[in-house]
Amino acid sequence: MSTFFIALGKRVLEFLYFLGGLTSMAARAFGWIFVPPYKKERIFEQCKKAGVDSLPIIALIAFFIGVIMALQTAYQMQRLGSEMYIASIVALSMVRELGPVITALIVAGRVGAAITAEIGSMQVTEQIDALEALSTSPIKYLVVPRLLALAIMEPLLTLFANFVGIIGGYLIVVYRLGVPSGMYRHITFSALLYKDLFTGLFKALFFGIIIALVSCYEGFNVEGGAEGVGKATARAVVTMFIMIIACDCLFTALFYFILL
Amino acid sequence: MIEIKGLTKTFNTHKVLDGVNLKIEKGSTCVIIGRSGCGKSVLLKHIVRILLPDSGKVYVSGKDLDALSQNELGALRLKIGLVFQGGALFDSLTVGENVGFRLIEHAKFNRKELLEKAEEALCQVGLCGIANLMPAELSGGMKKRVALARAIFAKPDIILYDEPTTGVDPITADSINELIKNLHDKLKVTSVVVTHDMKSAYKVADKIAMLYQGKIIAEGTSEEIQRTEHPVVHQFINGLAQGPITETLERFR
Repeated sequence: MSTFFIALGKRVLEFLYFLGGLTSMAARAFGWIFVPPYKKERIFEQCKKAGVDSLPIIALIAFFIGVIMALQTAYQMQRLGSEMYIASIVALSMVRELGPVITALIVAGRVGAAITAEIGSMQVTEQIDALEALSTSPIKYLVVPRLLALAIMEPLLTLFANFVGIIGGYLIVVYRLGVPSGMYRHITFSALLYKDLFTGLFKALFFGIIIALVSCYEGFNVEGGAEGVGKATARAVVTMFIMIIACDCLFTALFYFILL
Repeated sequence: MIEIKGLTKTFNTHKVLDGVNLKIEKGSTCVIIGRSGCGKSVLLKHIVRILLPDSGKVYVSGKDLDALSQNELGALRLKIGLVFQGGALFDSLTVGENVGFRLIEHAKFNRKELLEKAEEALCQVGLCGIANLMPAELSGGMKKRVALARAIFAKPDIILYDEPTTGVDPITADSINELIKNLHDKLKVTSVVVTHDMKSAYKVADKIAMLYQGKIIAEGTSEEIQRTEHPVVHQFINGLAQGPITETLERFR
């Protein structure tokens, strides 16, 4: 019994330690954003790596999600004879929920893991120490461009995912179930309100920041060579997934019960 | 001048440095010897404040590192060159950009001027014309010399070398020793060399200090160290398998 509590206590302490480290790094990163010199090229480079290069995989998955959503709701809606409302269900689910979450999970797996592995390798080969020795802050040089890039690109990617997902639903509903194209468009646009878009994009921005901070933090804390980099990358992805889903749940509840 | 007073550092529960006292005069070359993993690199990293001490003080050029603001520390670090053991070159940048890194980050960026200066520093270490290669294309010995070029690029007052001759062929090792000596003789650079290569130590040192079990156990000129009666130092510099160092290890097992 006592070993159970010892293990539990260790876990709790580890978690608190992680939270403290992450918060302190976040504070420093947000501080360094405003310290010149500003290197735009470095942010653009990260925007390309995180955003533009993620477009194909996000298009593919968002399209499938749209198709699956349409087929799955059609299964129930056909019984009621109201296929045309599939449009509003697909649009609302994509924009409010699936778009931001799916995009964040893909970016966490694709971009976040790469960031942890890259910074982790730099840590084990002393490149982070070298940055400091050359009087360059690793936070300014490595974290700030990634943080800004992900905060900018994550909402944009989410918009893109929403659009592609709705197209996926459109193809199924219009070409398989025979709902007129104009009707689908009309129902989609009348179902969507600005607040739906806003809540989705707000989540996306938050997820982008989470991905940047967690992946960088885990990268900086790598210990012990190649094996350490592997472990840290795995841990970073798991942490990001949990944080994204937990924060999504929190935000959805918040928006549902209190705000909107 | 570098002065280290009562420096202690513990990692997890392992006490790596246990009250290190060391004074390095301006313009001199001090070689710190000791077994692998005895804390030599840790000691070096305290001098640029990459690592923070648990207790004790480090003074560089008369300044207490504890008392410096972030900006003052940055300015001080620009005057210190650190050559890392594995080179620690940034693998996303070319060799030239690596060497000129300080200029990119801390001065108005002028690519042409930067590359000219980088080339100059590279030629000093005998590597003319490789500025456009990526670090991944270099051999281990070349990486070390590029790291050296990066350290001497900004004409520092102090250069710290972390095992500069480990893992390179004997000829390159000797040319690195020559370079350390030249920098010392011509530019009056204060140097701290961490190594366990005794040949290199005898060649470049004004003073040799031995780090053992977290403390400096012996200090002296090359001749003094070679003539020492201290059993631990004697075993180490002569590379003997039998002696007090290995006996303590066996007792631990």
